[in-house]
Amino acid sequence: MEPFTIHRGIAVPLLRANVDTDAIIPSREMKRVGKTGLGQGLFAGWRYRNSDSREPEPDFVLNQARYAGASILLAGENFGCGSSREHAVWALKEYGFRAVLAPSFGVIFRDNCIRNGVLPIVLDEAKLIAIAEDSSAGGPVTVDLRSCQVFSPGGSVYSFDIPSAQREMLLEGLDPVALTLKLADRIEAFQRQDRLERPWIYLNRLREPSP
Amino acid sequence: MTGKTLYDKLWQSHVVREEADGTCLLYIDRHLVHEVTSPQAFEGLRLAGRRAWRSDSIVANPDHNTPTDHWDEGIKDPVSRLQVETLDANIKDVGALIYFPFKHANQGIIHVIGPENGATLPGMTVVCGDSHTSTHGAFGALAHGIGTSEVEHVLATQTLVAKRSRTMLIKVEGQLGAGVTAKDVALAIIGKIGTAGGTGHAVEFAGSAVRDLSMEGRMTLCNMAIEGGARAGLVAPDDKTFAYLEGRQYAPKGQAWQDAVAYWKTLRSDTDAKFDAVVELDAAKIEPQVTWGTSPEQVLPVGAKVPNPAKEKDPVKRASIERALKYMGIAADTPIGEIKVDKVFVGSCTNSRIEDMRAVAEIARGRKKAASVKQVLIVPGSGQVKRQAEAEGLDKVFIDAGFEWREPGCSMCLAMNADRLDPGERCASTSNRNFEGRQGAGGRTHLVSPAMAAAAAIAGHFVDIRSL
Repeated sequence: MEPFTIHRGIAVPLLRANVDTDAIIPSREMKRVGKTGLGQGLFAGWRYRNSDSREPEPDFVLNQARYAGASILLAGENFGCGSSREHAVWALKEYGFRAVLAPSFGVIFRDNCIRNGVLPIVLDEAKLIAIAEDSSAGGPVTVDLRSCQVFSPGGSVYSFDIPSAQREMLLEGLDPVALTLKLADRIEAFQRQDRLERPWIYLNRLREPSP
Repeated sequence: MTGKTLYDKLWQSHVVREEADGTCLLYIDRHLVHEVTSPQAFEGLRLAGRRAWRSDSIVANPDHNTPTDHWDEGIKDPVSRLQVETLDANIKDVGALIYFPFKHANQGIIHVIGPENGATLPGMTVVCGDSHTSTHGAFGALAHGIGTSEVEHVLATQTLVAKRSRTMLIKVEGQLGAGVTAKDVALAIIGKIGTAGGTGHAVEFAGSAVRDLSMEGRMTLCNMAIEGGARAGLVAPDDKTFAYLEGRQYAPKGQAWQDAVAYWKTLRSDTDAKFDAVVELDAAKIEPQVTWGTSPEQVLPVGAKVPNPAKEKDPVKRASIERALKYMGIAADTPIGEIKVDKVFVGSCTNSRIEDMRAVAEIARGRKKAASVKQVLIVPGSGQVKRQAEAEGLDKVFIDAGFEWREPGCSMCLAMNADRLDPGERCASTSNRNFEGRQGAGGRTHLVSPAMAAAAAIAGHFVDIRSL
């Protein structure tokens, strides 16, 4: 996984509440078996006047010249609620976003961010509005995971919290599967004991796929 | 020492290891897999040269992309077909306890086939790359949706890295009125707590109205837990749960059944257990619900009028109401009963089980769909549901009413197959999400119970089911 230490970029405001993962990437845009090619489907329902022709909707914030190349998203409450689709994070990342700042997140979406090196930061709405106002005048926002601080172009500094294990995973770009597999003997021991206590969980044996 | 909640018991019985900061490695008993959120996980496993830890925990089935008609013609959309064929190849490679490929007699929506085959059991941890995995909590299983990276993690390690949720008790006491269903209870709860009300919590549904629900009803209720922000919903298993499971193909048999039931009876919150939050609803006061906006929390009783943003003082809420009404094409203060529908969809992991089919048939029997309604899709949740409905003659009732009786799948809940709304079309839907564009770009969704959907199909607009 790509490590995250410090990132400096243009912040774009999308401060509406309850932006769901269907809005981040509609189901029609995620018919793929890989993780790439999803960036063009990001916010497709809002970003394009017509999603077939891909004619841009000029009013949508991502299409405004001053936010071209934005890599930090300032979002509203409960951002990423709804469907578990990790495609939402893959699309955000491919578009260029490295951090999403919101008052709160959908639970599955937040975990998906961590797994993909996209930093989810919880900040109060008032702080997000202040960062958005600073950014609209121009100038980049800096997000530093080492110090857990956000530096607004106006000079304000905001601290944020993130669970230590997740912070370390992002800073180091660790592979969580490899970390867990170091505990393989513990998992095997759990299974041996559990098989005695809940044998019915392990009764059904693997069968060949049905015809 | 205070007692334990059902969630505490389920959690503690699956902890492989706990770190000092409370992060746990949690053992996973059942892994449900479908074609949309799994291909990248199988690929990741292969690229890392890893093997699946326990293939016999896997129950798999394509559902999101499969067509619901003309099965003889296969899957016409090449991208949908690629996802389904990729699942075929991955399961062939890795193995599974149950795999129902496209067109198998028992194929269906993954959250319908798990329980109906006895592959979802009380006390299990159940995960799937699908947020509606919360459905399985109806059996007293700790069940929740995960992302694709976590699907890969479970494939490779049979565990998840997770932190305990806070607990919320939602108590619904009393008796539901005639025509009021589990779907109405779910929507009324979300209307009360909001779509983020359950965030960070595992919800246990309790109270006499919840105990009185059938297993199908409890599945509908737990299915919608995620729409209230909670990753998992739970109902304590009871005799109804055991009666539902006994004899199903993958449920334990003989002595193992006896042992399992004895264990399952311990899976209930202790009387002195403490919850982090408690919400109470009076069952008798819940009316048939209809969503009017683009979030499940934007919901009202059928007799109400949609809100007027001018009366909302909070500017953020006012903007949200204005935005939703504009997208939905509804004027402020419109009575819900005056909203006309273009299409009706009965199906999805929320409401596609046999009880739902019966509820629709009861309304449709001897009646015809309104001429103004372009299409009424009835999509059963599985091959088994379809056969049961046909054995009861429900298919004939639907066809006589002018409804379309389809093959099982997710269908127009999320419009990944050909079943979808055209821009501007309005739908009465028994599914779970009324998000913008969910049922097709520009489509307008109103969430309702199966009986309310059937009544809208007949009348051409929303009607109070209790007035029929």
